[in-house]
Amino acid sequence: MITNTNTNTEILTRFVMSLADDSLVLGQRLTELCSSAPYLEEDLAISNVALDYIGRASMFYKYAAELTGEGSTEDSLAFFRDERQYTNLLINELPNGDFAFTLLKQYYIDVFNCLYLEQLSQSSDQTLSAIALKTLKESRYHLKRSIPWIRQLAGGTEESLHRLELAIEELHSFIGEMFVMSDWETQLSNDGIAVDRASLQSLWEEQVSTLFKECALNYSQTEIKIKGGRDGIHTEHLGHLLTELQFIQRSHPGLEW
Amino acid sequence: MNQEKLAVYEVFVRSARGLDHIHVGSLHAESPDHALMYARDVYIRRSEGVSIWVVEQTNITASKEEDIAQFVEPMDDKDYRHATHFVLPDEVNNM
Repeated sequence: MITNTNTNTEILTRFVMSLADDSLVLGQRLTELCSSAPYLEEDLAISNVALDYIGRASMFYKYAAELTGEGSTEDSLAFFRDERQYTNLLINELPNGDFAFTLLKQYYIDVFNCLYLEQLSQSSDQTLSAIALKTLKESRYHLKRSIPWIRQLAGGTEESLHRLELAIEELHSFIGEMFVMSDWETQLSNDGIAVDRASLQSLWEEQVSTLFKECALNYSQTEIKIKGGRDGIHTEHLGHLLTELQFIQRSHPGLEW
Repeated sequence: MNQEKLAVYEVFVRSARGLDHIHVGSLHAESPDHALMYARDVYIRRSEGVSIWVVEQTNITASKEEDIAQFVEPMDDKDYRHATHFVLPDEVNNM
């Protein structure tokens, strides 16, 4: 196959950046719970998950900065790109909502990331496969943490079940996008670098529907309703998140701790 | 969420292979599984340990402050329970 090296670097950079954006946006979202989780132990635990994601973002941005060159750094990529330049999947930017929503969202993402990183660890790109191997352990732990929470909320009180059911309904629209590939990602996946997210859908559905069945929760088939994250089209929530994340660096560029 | 409804678990951490589990503190949790994960996040996230035990506090049978008189004091005047009470013959000096 004849490939254009320049184009490939450009697409690879875009891909690495999208993985960085997924992690940073979710990490930033979860840090909002630091000091406001339901109780101290959960506060520490969920902030710990947030930190895992910030660390993951840092690894991906460093690699993206290396590929971009031109003096870009992990910080310049995180703090000086606008909403439309962010290409995270939409589920990562959704507000935390109540505890059931936060944990269900996290559970969906954890199942997805375990499957995704397992595949990414086979990537022909050495850096990506190394990051995937390292972060897979974190995501497996996150999943181990979120599964009992779904059981707990489903089998808890009438109120907890009700809130979980509302969260299931509300999140349903954002599941489909996780398994829709952009053209540029498909090209990279054909080259053995990226992961074909579409191929993960049946495995994801199998795992989630099994847990739902065990918990007597209604599982409805995935539909593609809202998408656009990978192409920079976002919900109204990302702008606010980025404002909070970026304002210090935007007001005082280059400020250091 | 009502923290008063959560059970209290005591946490024991083994800091390295071959050492004993040592009591490090306690925490609230919904279930033993949660307690174990919280213990991981609270007590060993800076690699302070290789193994964790969590025990629901109500499962521990403990001595009481008022038992001290019967439990401990009778031992105080029985020196012969300590090896140092006995004078060893020179021949076994290095025991």
